[in-house]
Amino acid sequence: MENKDIILDVKNLNTSFISDQKKVDIVKSVSFQLKRGTTLAVVGESGCGKSVTMNSIMRFLGNNAQITSDKIQYNALQGEKVVEYQIGAIKKANGPEMRALRGPELSMIFQDPMSSLNPVYKVGDQVAEGLLQHTKLSKKEARQKVLELFRKLGIPDPESRIDCYPHQFSGGMKQRVVIAIAMICNPELIICDEPTTALDVTIQAQIMELLKGLQVNEGKSIILITHNMGLVAEMADEICVMYMGRVVEFGSLEDLFDRTAHPYTKALLRSVPVLGLADDQQLETIPGITPNPADLKEGCEFANRCPDCSEECRKGKIPAFEISKGHRVRCLQYSNFPEVD
Amino acid sequence: MTEKNKEVIFKVNNLKTWFPIKKGALKKVVGNVKAVDGVSLEVYKGETLGIVGESGCGKSTFGKTVMMLEKPVDGQVEFNYNGEFKDITKFSKEEMFDFRKKVQMVFQDPYSALNPQKKIYTSFEEPLIVHGIKSKEEREKIMERVLKMVNIQPDYLQRYPHEFSGGQRQRLCIARALEVMPEVLICDEPVSALDVSIQAQVLNLMKDIQKELNLTYMFIAHDLSVVQYMADRIVVMYLGKIVEIADSKTLYEEPLHPYTKALLSAIPVPDIHNKKKRQILDGEVPSPINKPSGCAFHNRCPLCTDRCKEEDPAMHLHGENGHIVACHKYDQKKD
Amino acid sequence: MSSNALKSGLQAGNKNGSTSLLKKKLRKFLNNKLALFGLVVVIIMTLGCVIGAIAGVDFKTPDIKNLKSAPSSLHIFGTDTIGRDLFSRVIYGGCFSIFIGVFCSVMSSIIGTVLGAISGYFGGKIDKFIIRISEIFQAFPQLVLVMMIVAIVGERGLKNLLVIFVITGWMTTYRMVRNEFLSVKGETYVKVSEAFGMSKSRIMFGQILPNVMSPIIVSTTTNVAFFILQEAALSFIGLGVADSTPTWGNILNAAKSVSVVTNQWWIWVFPGLAITLFVLAINFLGDGLRDVLDAKQQ
Repeated sequence: MENKDIILDVKNLNTSFISDQKKVDIVKSVSFQLKRGTTLAVVGESGCGKSVTMNSIMRFLGNNAQITSDKIQYNALQGEKVVEYQIGAIKKANGPEMRALRGPELSMIFQDPMSSLNPVYKVGDQVAEGLLQHTKLSKKEARQKVLELFRKLGIPDPESRIDCYPHQFSGGMKQRVVIAIAMICNPELIICDEPTTALDVTIQAQIMELLKGLQVNEGKSIILITHNMGLVAEMADEICVMYMGRVVEFGSLEDLFDRTAHPYTKALLRSVPVLGLADDQQLETIPGITPNPADLKEGCEFANRCPDCSEECRKGKIPAFEISKGHRVRCLQYSNFPEVD
Repeated sequence: MTEKNKEVIFKVNNLKTWFPIKKGALKKVVGNVKAVDGVSLEVYKGETLGIVGESGCGKSTFGKTVMMLEKPVDGQVEFNYNGEFKDITKFSKEEMFDFRKKVQMVFQDPYSALNPQKKIYTSFEEPLIVHGIKSKEEREKIMERVLKMVNIQPDYLQRYPHEFSGGQRQRLCIARALEVMPEVLICDEPVSALDVSIQAQVLNLMKDIQKELNLTYMFIAHDLSVVQYMADRIVVMYLGKIVEIADSKTLYEEPLHPYTKALLSAIPVPDIHNKKKRQILDGEVPSPINKPSGCAFHNRCPLCTDRCKEEDPAMHLHGENGHIVACHKYDQKKD
Repeated sequence: MSSNALKSGLQAGNKNGSTSLLKKKLRKFLNNKLALFGLVVVIIMTLGCVIGAIAGVDFKTPDIKNLKSAPSSLHIFGTDTIGRDLFSRVIYGGCFSIFIGVFCSVMSSIIGTVLGAISGYFGGKIDKFIIRISEIFQAFPQLVLVMMIVAIVGERGLKNLLVIFVITGWMTTYRMVRNEFLSVKGETYVKVSEAFGMSKSRIMFGQILPNVMSPIIVSTTTNVAFFILQEAALSFIGLGVADSTPTWGNILNAAKSVSVVTNQWWIWVFPGLAITLFVLAINFLGDGLRDVLDAKQQ
């Protein structure tokens, strides 16, 4: 595939944190590619490293984090030309190179709209901030742009709402403002970190519709971090399932739902209650508890909770196998398929 | 739960829980947050009654009011004492203390539900001491029994809460609530703080315990799919009022109220082949301080008529199975 | 599983689970060199003063031959303006100073905690009433209060000082405890206790208080230093304890005259050093305790 079609290429990303003089690996050799104009869903439970992966790419982590990678390449499309940015090679996490990328190229939407906005500034000014930072627009022109975007994002009565403070907005409206902040510089890639977990389902439906619209109508690429398989089914083109810092399964929507391969993905799909279950149908449970990343031993991280675990699973490093084109599974059941890195 | 003569354990009649808003130096009451605003329902013995609604609809406050952890401003909550109904809103201190043994509660946040400074043993022992079980041996026997029910080894009792995972903590909380042998367990979002892979463990455990002890559950949650999995009957609440009551299968298959329909359609389904057409609601839940006149849902309702804007719909029985709905559309007497 | 199995299980659990937390905290404290230094200094100075006082060092009899003598082998800290041995006075005065600090800080913490617990847990009118009282006390100048009591009682003495320090010193603890109670009151385990029908006092002191103990312990510790300094200040200007009872501040009192400050450095350097060292040690200790006990900083 050409660079033109791939917007983000991550190879062998590792992130560890130092705490109590001990090094704890949180993200372990994560690789994925995001195709331009599609949605990639990153699925996993809390503590599986999905947020840390994205924060490593955005270089938002503190000083106690160690990030190493073979490649984090972002391909910007400027006219017909493809400009490659090596994010992994940028030295200063908050230096000018990284800041030039955040906003106009990559941006992030966080989980909690309540704490993503600064309560002492008007929402309009908070949205315009990015424009004033990255372009030479005057305040008036910036305001016009913000109004335009508010209209597009379905914020009612934008002329008066633009001068309101965050506390005057409801949760769903705040999340729209947060999306506006992320969108104002017209980035190509939007990373959404559980954008609707703090919201009600009817509001979640509104926000998801909005994000889908951005992807379909404007060709934005979206990374959606979530633990909700329902949202994944509705939003994603490709899915990346993570468990304890590793990508355990990666594939297209159909691969994951129709040809589910990894025992963890299978369990995840079957253990969540869905509407319309028969009366006496029992949910499957995943035995055991999520392990602590500091006490993990060698072998497969899921081995202790896996129904198909064998002796082999507890030894060494488990490679990923490509069971069909683009469908990779990190499980020894599929060891007759070709190994990929 | 199909037989007609089900025994009622709770009768809630026109329950209202309001929180006054005070302003100014003199603390004049300028308005009320009408968290629960005229709720009437019956809970049958041995069933699981699910209560769903979005945040701010008053479902949690309702649960707390039934426990008398919040004081209602109006209405009655009657509890069945061996066939005799007593209004718990008028209970004396002693009667209330006794009632605490009949109805217990499991809270949303298992991380703060266990006192972090105390060993599990102490947290488990205290309710038993308070309720007059004097001999240490007897107390330990009870602890052992309830721990067995939630599959936790007794030697964990000597640990502190921070040594447990969320799922284990919630199981401990359930076990502690069961110590006093309650007849009713009110569960306020018991799994919403847990990891998805742990939720099923706790839900199935709760089902098993219910069967074993013939418990009655009031299961409060925002996630309709969880409630539908657990509940026999479901109550849908919107802005402090009930909009629909139906058994869980009927609610899913033929919802009547437009809000219930919207709620059902908003839930994303992990099925890539039967993608349904979304019905997306406009706007958001209005503030419970200034409720819209008439039907509280009218400003978001796709079927809104002039009558909806003026007149508050009453609850109507629809069909055979105790399907109740509060919407003018189904008010056959007048139309 | 039988009851016996439960018991043996309990004992086994006891060995593994519960001690680890204490050990971890202890290790953390021992790793903090400054706090350890503080603790050692506080213990040595307190023990030294108490042992000295019990052994009966002579702090009263003036050595007429050696007025204002510089430190020597006979008087290792020298003597004061009327020839009393400064070393014994610093030792004996230390007992009083430390006693004043500890007593006042413990008493004011107790008052502050009880009132703060009531205020924070019950809220409403009681809360407002106690808040107003605390504001009145806070607004009242301590110095004026001291002079008033001296005027009323007609003598300067240790008792006056203790009473005044306690009644003017409980407000900071009170406010802290009240705020902690307000926030802990909302925790789910308090709701659980209410749902079990536990009594209010049981919830207040059995459930909430243990979770508020850490900041109380820390503030009680640092308050010891605060009260020692207060006493020193009051004694220095001559409003503290009567001259007959030596305290660190009282000894310093002699250094009010310029000639002493310039010519007899030992009269003010040694008590001054004692105060500085002890207060510094207490503050180090308090900081260390805060690091260990305060869960929010972990």
